[in-house]
Amino acid sequence: MFNELDQTKQPTYYEEVERKGYNRRDFLQFVSMMTAFIGLENSAVGQVAKALETKPRVPVIWLHFQECTCCSESFIRSSHPMVADILLDKISLDYTETLMAASGFQAEEAMQNTMKKYKGEYILCVEGSVPMGADGVYCMIGGKTSLQILQEAAENAKAIIAWGSCASNGCVQAAKPNPTKATPIHKLIKGKPIIKVPGCPPIGEVMAGVIVHLVAFDRIPELDALGRPKAFYSKRVHDTCYRRPFYDAGLYVESFDDENAKKGYCLYKVGCKGPTTYNACGVMKWNNGTSFPIQSGHGCIGCSEENYWDNGRLYERASSFAGFGIEANADDFGKVALGVTGAALAGHAVMTNIRKKKLITSLEDEGKQSEHELKS
Amino acid sequence: MKTKYLHVHRLRRVYVWELPVRYYHWLNALAIIALIITGFLIASPLALQSREEATMRFTMGWVRVIHFIAAYIFFFNFLFRLYWGFVGNKYASWRQFIPTSKKFIKEMWTVFKIDILMLRGKEHISVGHNAMAGFIYFLTFWAFLVQCLTGFGLYAAMGTWWLPKMFAWVPPVFGGDILTRQIHHWSMWFFILFAVIHVYLVFYHDYIEGRGEISSMGGGWKFIEEEVFQDEEHHTPNKPTN
Repeated sequence: MFNELDQTKQPTYYEEVERKGYNRRDFLQFVSMMTAFIGLENSAVGQVAKALETKPRVPVIWLHFQECTCCSESFIRSSHPMVADILLDKISLDYTETLMAASGFQAEEAMQNTMKKYKGEYILCVEGSVPMGADGVYCMIGGKTSLQILQEAAENAKAIIAWGSCASNGCVQAAKPNPTKATPIHKLIKGKPIIKVPGCPPIGEVMAGVIVHLVAFDRIPELDALGRPKAFYSKRVHDTCYRRPFYDAGLYVESFDDENAKKGYCLYKVGCKGPTTYNACGVMKWNNGTSFPIQSGHGCIGCSEENYWDNGRLYERASSFAGFGIEANADDFGKVALGVTGAALAGHAVMTNIRKKKLITSLEDEGKQSEHELKS
Repeated sequence: MKTKYLHVHRLRRVYVWELPVRYYHWLNALAIIALIITGFLIASPLALQSREEATMRFTMGWVRVIHFIAAYIFFFNFLFRLYWGFVGNKYASWRQFIPTSKKFIKEMWTVFKIDILMLRGKEHISVGHNAMAGFIYFLTFWAFLVQCLTGFGLYAAMGTWWLPKMFAWVPPVFGGDILTRQIHHWSMWFFILFAVIHVYLVFYHDYIEGRGEISSMGGGWKFIEEEVFQDEEHHTPNKPTN
C-alpha cells in the first residue's frame, strides 16, 4: 500500500482487476451490475466501463470514529467479489484504521502523504460520528481528537462520503441524552460536498454504487433534500416491500408467534418502520440478495432514518411523545386530555346553570310569555 | 309568573353565515370526521382475518383512499375559506380572527371573564364570532396548515401530481418521515379536543342567549334584539374599513 504511493501514476481500476486475475467478462458483469444499481439506463454501461478502464484509481482516506465498523463489514461483503477487490482492497485505500496493514506512525504518515500528494483529489470516507463532548476526549486517535482529524482530512478532500447512520445522523450513540455529544459529519464540515449513505449498516452494493458513480462520472450522484443519493434512498421500504399486498388488504401480523406471522402477513402492527424509512432494502436486499429483515419475519426498525432510536418504539406503531420519555404514547395523552376536557365542560355546564340562573330564567320566562300570547 | 316585570324582546333576523360559509363549515366537519376515523384506522388497523388471497382484498387500501380524498377536500375547502375571508360578509372577514386591535384583545378578556370564569358582569353580545372564538379559529387555521403540510409531505413521495409533490420539502425539515408522521398524529388530537369544546359551546351560547346559535349554521340566521340595533352595543371585534 505504501509502495503504491510512490508510484508516479496510479493504475486504472481495470488494470487492477486484471492484475487480480479477473477476466474481461467478470469486469463487464460487474460494470453492468453497478450501472443497474446506480439506476442508470443500459447505455450507460459503456460509459461506466470506459471510466473504470481509463481513469486512475481515486485515492481514498477512510476514517473511523465512534462506530462499530458494521459499514466496513457490509462493504466487504457486497455481492460481487470485485466490489471488495477493486473498491476496497484495491481502491487505493490509503488509510483506514481497521483494514490497513500499517499501524502507529507509519499509518499516520501514509495518511499525511496521501493528503499532500493528492491534495484536492482524494475522497474522504467517514465511518462514525464525532464526539464533541468533553473537548472530544471520547474518541482520540494518535493523540488527536476526532474533530481535529476530520477537519484536517476534510480540508483538501474532493468530496466526503458519510458512511452509515453514525456519520449521517449520529445513530444510537446520539440517542438521548447523547452523553458524548455524538455529532454527524454534516454539522461539522461546511463547504464540501457531503454524500450521506445512512443505514446501520448501509447495503454494501449501495456503498459500492456510490463510489462507482463518483469514479465513473467524476461528480457526486444526485442527492435528495437530506443529502442521500436519490438512486438508493428515494423510495420507502414499504413501497418496495413484497408484503405490501397484505398491507393493502388489511392483513397483519398481530404478534410474532401468531398464525399470521407464519403466513407472512404485513408486519405493520408489530412496529415495522418500512412506511417511514427510505432505503433500498426491499429491492437490493442483503447478503447477495438473499433476504432482508422483513423477508426474515422482522419489521424494519428504520435504521437509515434520523433519530429512529428516539422516535418511538421498535415494536409498536404508537407515536411516542418527545420529552415525556419513551413510554409516553401520544394517544394516551390525547385520551387524558379528552377526559380532562370533558370534565371541565361538565363543570362549566353546572356552573352555567348556577351563575347564570337569572339570565336563563328570564329567557325561559320570556319564551313562556310568548307561548301564552300566541293564540292556538 | 311575574310577567308584568318581564321585558319581551323584539328580535330581528340577521343573515350571519352566508351559504358558502355554511357549505364550508359542514364540508369541513365531514372531512375532519372522515380524516380522524380513517386516520385512527391507519395508525392502528383492525385485526381482520380472511381466507381470500391478499390481492383480492383492498381493505386498508380503501381506508387510505378515503383518507386521501378527504384530505384533498379538506385542503381545497380550507383554501376556499381563506379566500372567503376577503370577499365574504363582515362576519366571515379575516378581521374576525386576527387580534389586531385593542378592542379585539379587550373583548377576548371580557369573554374570558364572563363565559369561561363565569364572573359577574355585563353580558356581552356578539353577533358573529366573539373575539375569543375568532382567535381560537385563527389557531385552528394554523393546525389546518400543520396537518396539510405534514400530510401532503408524507403523501408527496407516492404522489404523481405536482400539487402534493410541492410538499416534498416538509419531511426533511423534521429529519424524515418518522417525526413528520408523529407530528401529523399528535396534531389530530387538537381537532378532537376542538370539536368537543366547539359543540359544547354552541349549545352553551344557544342556551344562555336564545339567539339561535345552533340553527345559525343551518339557515345562516341569528335573531338579535331590536335594542342592539338601536344602541349599537354589540361587538364587531375589528370594524371592517369598507
